[in-house]
Amino acid sequence: MNDAQGKGAGGDALARFVGVDKSYDGQTLAVRGLTLDVAKGEFLTLLGPSGSGKTTTLNMLAGFERPTRGTILLAGRPVDRLPPYQRNIGMVFQNYALFPHMTVADNVAFPLSVRGVAKGEIAQRVKRALATVQLEAFAGRRPTQLSGGQQQRIALARALVFEPSLVLMDEPLGALDKKLREQMQIEIKLLHERLGLTVVYVTHDQSEALTMSDRVAIFHDGEVEQLGQPDELYDRPRTPFVAGFIGENNLMVGTVASLAGGLARVMLAGGIEVMATPAGALAPGAQTVIAVRPEAIHIAASAGGENTMPAIVRSRIYLGDHQRLLTEISNRLVIRVKVPAATHAAQDAPILLSWPAADCLAFPSAGLADVTLNEEWTRS
Amino acid sequence: MTETAAARDPTLAAAVRRATRGQRLAAAGLVAPLVLLLVCSLCLPIASLLGRAFYDPTMADGLPRTAAALAVDTGATVPGDAAFAALGADLAADLKDDTVFRVAQYLNTILPGSRSHVLRAARGARADAPYTRESLLAADPFWGEPDTWFIIRSGVKPFTSTYLLAAIDLQWLPTGGIGPVPPGQGIYRLIFLRTFLIAAAVTAITLVLGFPLAWLLATLPGTVASRLIMLVLLPFWTSILVRTAAWTVLLQKFGLLNDLLLWLGVTSGRMEFMYNRTGLLIAMTHIQLPFTLLPIYSVMRTIDPSQMRAAYSLGARPVSAFLRVYLPQVMPGVMGGCLLTFILCLGYFITPALVGGTADQLISNFISDYINVDLNWPMAASLSFILLGATLTLSLLFARLVGGGRVRIF
Repeated sequence: MNDAQGKGAGGDALARFVGVDKSYDGQTLAVRGLTLDVAKGEFLTLLGPSGSGKTTTLNMLAGFERPTRGTILLAGRPVDRLPPYQRNIGMVFQNYALFPHMTVADNVAFPLSVRGVAKGEIAQRVKRALATVQLEAFAGRRPTQLSGGQQQRIALARALVFEPSLVLMDEPLGALDKKLREQMQIEIKLLHERLGLTVVYVTHDQSEALTMSDRVAIFHDGEVEQLGQPDELYDRPRTPFVAGFIGENNLMVGTVASLAGGLARVMLAGGIEVMATPAGALAPGAQTVIAVRPEAIHIAASAGGENTMPAIVRSRIYLGDHQRLLTEISNRLVIRVKVPAATHAAQDAPILLSWPAADCLAFPSAGLADVTLNEEWTRS
Repeated sequence: MTETAAARDPTLAAAVRRATRGQRLAAAGLVAPLVLLLVCSLCLPIASLLGRAFYDPTMADGLPRTAAALAVDTGATVPGDAAFAALGADLAADLKDDTVFRVAQYLNTILPGSRSHVLRAARGARADAPYTRESLLAADPFWGEPDTWFIIRSGVKPFTSTYLLAAIDLQWLPTGGIGPVPPGQGIYRLIFLRTFLIAAAVTAITLVLGFPLAWLLATLPGTVASRLIMLVLLPFWTSILVRTAAWTVLLQKFGLLNDLLLWLGVTSGRMEFMYNRTGLLIAMTHIQLPFTLLPIYSVMRTIDPSQMRAAYSLGARPVSAFLRVYLPQVMPGVMGGCLLTFILCLGYFITPALVGGTADQLISNFISDYINVDLNWPMAASLSFILLGATLTLSLLFARLVGGGRVRIF
């Protein structure tokens, strides 16, 4: 944890959640025991499926919701009684929340004019903010006359123009199409670097989280299941949920047969034996979930290697730069394999799958909720 | 793009027109019954009624010869023998056609009691011995009064401004020119003013009551909100008699409200809530509240809650966020609701008659009386005309002030 918190652990935490619980109905907790630091200058993403508590967390930071228990500190000061308009936090909403009755320029000027900034200075700063998002030419338009991407950029300019200490973004790209979304991801990332912003970003799109973030907090069922840098989450997930949520993984249930030399011998259904690297405390005889990524699996030329087993190609999905095979192993489970586009694999052809034990993680199987395990092949 | 394509290829536009002709015919067919109904049951009757305000051919049709004689006899108010002879001939002819009563009625509404004089003169007319000024005056001095002939002279012109002037307390003076009616007779300006003031007051009260309620309804979850709206709509489902009876039970001197106030010690004596301005305002507010509230509510529902959150997060205090972000966006609904209530209030006449006092009768009560009791349709039409004109003027002014596109009824 210390290692994972990295930038956030020092005294330069801009925002800090300390033991925060949030309940709306007095029975269930939307956010549970949240302790989280946001470091100055970092891009932190709260990632999780819907209902996992990430937006509630963001709303508590913005001041729209109050923690039921625990406290939130901004720059070392508890802000539980500080209303949102005194927090100096910029926020970008999923639906942009631009004011339809004002022009683009008036929208961007709004945070400055409520702060009583002089007229001349407002004009200057609005112009600069619009230039930052390359929309100077649209100052006189109404938000409804702009495209979704342009509205998003105006919302960004409005949230940045008053130089807030912290910028919150609640699924800001959710309503855009794929191409525009990817373009905006890069734009936001560049703005973050250029202006030295501190950003807390909420999304349910894991690829978006990996693309943009310095650190990602994976929310699951009101709790942070793992917090770390993107590569860390991808390479060393700590739970089956994280392993399944970030990227793609083949997840299978088995039993630990023995532990030796830092490896676990796992028996899968159908008597298949797999060597895996333990990703937690395992004991012989205990149930485990193993995870192996499709790109870690290759097609072996001969039997007898590490984790090598026969399989039958059931389906082939061509994706341009690579292809994806759905293969059925002897216990009828479907294993997804990513192979180069040039690999020849005929329908129903027998092949040999193989993967290194180092790329196969074995998790203690506590908490299988929301974990999608590999299924058996069904002939249709 | 399409424009330039159509310009290049004129057959394209024709093809589109042909292809959509069926749709356009179907749309016209669907709207036609409504348009027909509106024209027949609304536009034509209103036009014909309002026309009576300034067009009344009764006298011109009834006394054609007199009209011709008076046209040349422009000297003193009471004309010479020729006009008297023409009057006799006209009245005799009318008596034969059974239309003399119209002339009699016309004069009677302006000069009460003149009916019998007209009928007597009609019966006394002889074809072989035409009336002279002297002979008729000897028979009935009524025909020597300047007032009588003043009315006949203005009455034989089918287009008249007499009623319209009377509706705003003005009259043609016997000396020529327009002047105020004699003191004590002019009441309509006061009634119009009262009508507009009460309409404005009811509008203001419903707005003050309705705005927070609409906001509450708009922020509540859908199911709770729709149940509460049913309560707001209750007055719509209650007949005016039941509603008025309920108000009587509640508001009368020995009614529930007075009992309650006495019991609570708020008042020391019994208050008058019925048959005065207070009762009228309470009853009208009760009926009008949904009209003001619903347009506001429907606009509020469309405003995303994130609008206010955005305003707060950008540093606006609640009052400033409300004034600068929320209010401008609900303004079309506020305008729509207020305009609806204001205009509807101008036409109230049953409620003022039932729960108001004598000093609370609105202009529509007078219009109703003129139509049903006094049978003076031109006067009713004139008052309606002024009311309609004033309402239209105010509405246009209003729309102009707030911008026409910014008024939303639903």
